[in-house]
Amino acid sequence: MPSPKFDIQAQPGFSFVALFTFFALYLPIAALVVYAFNDSESLSMWGGFSTRWFVSAWNNTAVQDAAWRSVLIAVWSAVLATLAATMAALATTRSPNYRGLTFKYAMINQPLMVPEIVTAVALLIVFSRIKVWTGYSGLGYLILAHTAFCIPFAYLPIRARLESMDLTLERAAADLYATPWKTFRRVTLPLLRPGIVAGFMLAFVTSLDDVVITEFVKSGGQDTLPTYMLGQLRRETTPEINAIATVFLAVSVLIVVILFLLNRRRQ
Amino acid sequence: MSATPSNAAIEIRGVSRIYGSGENRVTALSDVFVDIRENEFFTLLGPSGCGKTTLLRLIAGFDFPTKGEILLNGEDIAPLPPFKRPVNTVFQSYALFPHMTVEENISFGLEMLGKPKGEIKARTGEMLELVHMTAMRDRAVSQISGGQQQRVALARALAPKPEVLLLDEPLSALDYKLRKEMQFELKRVQSETGITFIFVTHDQEEALTMSDRIAVMSNGEVRQIGSAREIYDRPADRFVADFIGESNFLEGTITATGENSATVALAGGTTITAALPAGQKHSGNATVVVRPEHATLGKAGTGAFDGTLEEAVYFGTDTHFHIRLETGELFIVREQNRRGGGDDVPATGQRVSVHIGPEAAQILRD
Repeated sequence: MPSPKFDIQAQPGFSFVALFTFFALYLPIAALVVYAFNDSESLSMWGGFSTRWFVSAWNNTAVQDAAWRSVLIAVWSAVLATLAATMAALATTRSPNYRGLTFKYAMINQPLMVPEIVTAVALLIVFSRIKVWTGYSGLGYLILAHTAFCIPFAYLPIRARLESMDLTLERAAADLYATPWKTFRRVTLPLLRPGIVAGFMLAFVTSLDDVVITEFVKSGGQDTLPTYMLGQLRRETTPEINAIATVFLAVSVLIVVILFLLNRRRQ
Repeated sequence: MSATPSNAAIEIRGVSRIYGSGENRVTALSDVFVDIRENEFFTLLGPSGCGKTTLLRLIAGFDFPTKGEILLNGEDIAPLPPFKRPVNTVFQSYALFPHMTVEENISFGLEMLGKPKGEIKARTGEMLELVHMTAMRDRAVSQISGGQQQRVALARALAPKPEVLLLDEPLSALDYKLRKEMQFELKRVQSETGITFIFVTHDQEEALTMSDRIAVMSNGEVRQIGSAREIYDRPADRFVADFIGESNFLEGTITATGENSATVALAGGTTITAALPAGQKHSGNATVVVRPEHATLGKAGTGAFDGTLEEAVYFGTDTHFHIRLETGELFIVREQNRRGGGDDVPATGQRVSVHIGPEAAQILRD
């Protein structure tokens, strides 16, 4: 192996910065996970090992309810966002470069740039008016709101995948008698799948994790897991919160790993 | 260029392709007429940007002419989308579907045509056989070599039995030895299948050795159509003579014309007799072309004109003599080396004469 002229690992302080970064990233999480197994009622005083908070969280109907709602909203909004993002990515990469394309990129990625709190307040105002008009106050508002801010997270990997795809492949399919729809089904979509999976995954996790917009948009009794936890922190706090967070973490990691493995096998 | 509509597979009728408008207007093709015969190995040859690939894309349907018709067996296919044309393409980059096996790639076109399962299987097997890829049928296309990918691309394009096969510089990504092999392969496949091939290349050697006929293109225009021999021996204009092989150009004035030849008074003061192709002008200024290997060296004062030998470059099979003429121009004579020769090679700086046989010189179209 040729030795590089500039080896960043040989710079003074490299190990220190690296270690500090790792501690900053993982020490709080490690503490959270450890205290999830705390037998005492305190968040900071160790009282011996126990899994009782997991059991108590599992049996807490409010937690069950919030968790189920979180997953429901995340699945729906990720599906809708991925659909919209796929179509947007196709439209922005498969049409010749035209005036205003950059503006469209910016429009699609708006939720990444506008502060979440602004969108949250705006949605609160608009949705409360619609609630009055229609009388409907179901989960639809939350699903719609999540879909909106999930679109750029789904859009970016799908667009990246489309842009790196060889256009000649679609031309070759058309040359071999495939209609535009068949070309999409047999060539574009299969090659796009890793991008779509990544986009869906990002959208799903982003929705699952959201607090600000959910807090503003939700009606009474529509807590998701993150807003439920936030609510708990305002009252008595027990390691049950740690247990829920730990399961949350494990599920997120699991989803990422599963999708990663699925994706790799398909390649 | 006599049109033969009776057995023409493809007729390009006054096709132009203009991109952009106003100041950004680019004419990629201007008023092109070409007839490509059935079962022919036809080559579009020219430097990059000459319009050869544009013409191929128009025939394939990836682009549409601004003006003109493209007739396939007498029917205008120019407005049809690619998937409605019985024409298949071998792409420069092969464009094999990376998520399919070798076999799936080859059967794709047949599937899209909705052929019955049994027929697809039989035809795909036949194609695998044709390109010697039967053993690799279940491989992913990323697991085979460049030469093998080339064969799969060829088989995939031939499987649906197209009326015409288009090949867009298909050999340019291969190394020299493989390219030679594939040239031979392509010729074999073409004669075995009897399908009309339209081959695009910028490589004159490839064009000369493989083609039944060649269209030489430049700046969006067809400069000459003919067999390899016709194009090399009887280049129609200066561009063709210059682009294909090496050429000496002599300027002069036509002083007398015969049936197929003319006498040209050269700028240096001497006169030569040159072939005058039918339909070319009979008087005034003219450019005469002489291939280096069609001229020979002699003692000063014995040939068409004299000059000073500046350099003799030994190439093994032949020697190139650089002769500086009276007019200041350089004239190159190429003579084949014979065993034991070399004693009579003139020394550099010596006065020599250039002999040009009656068939060696030809007047070019302006």
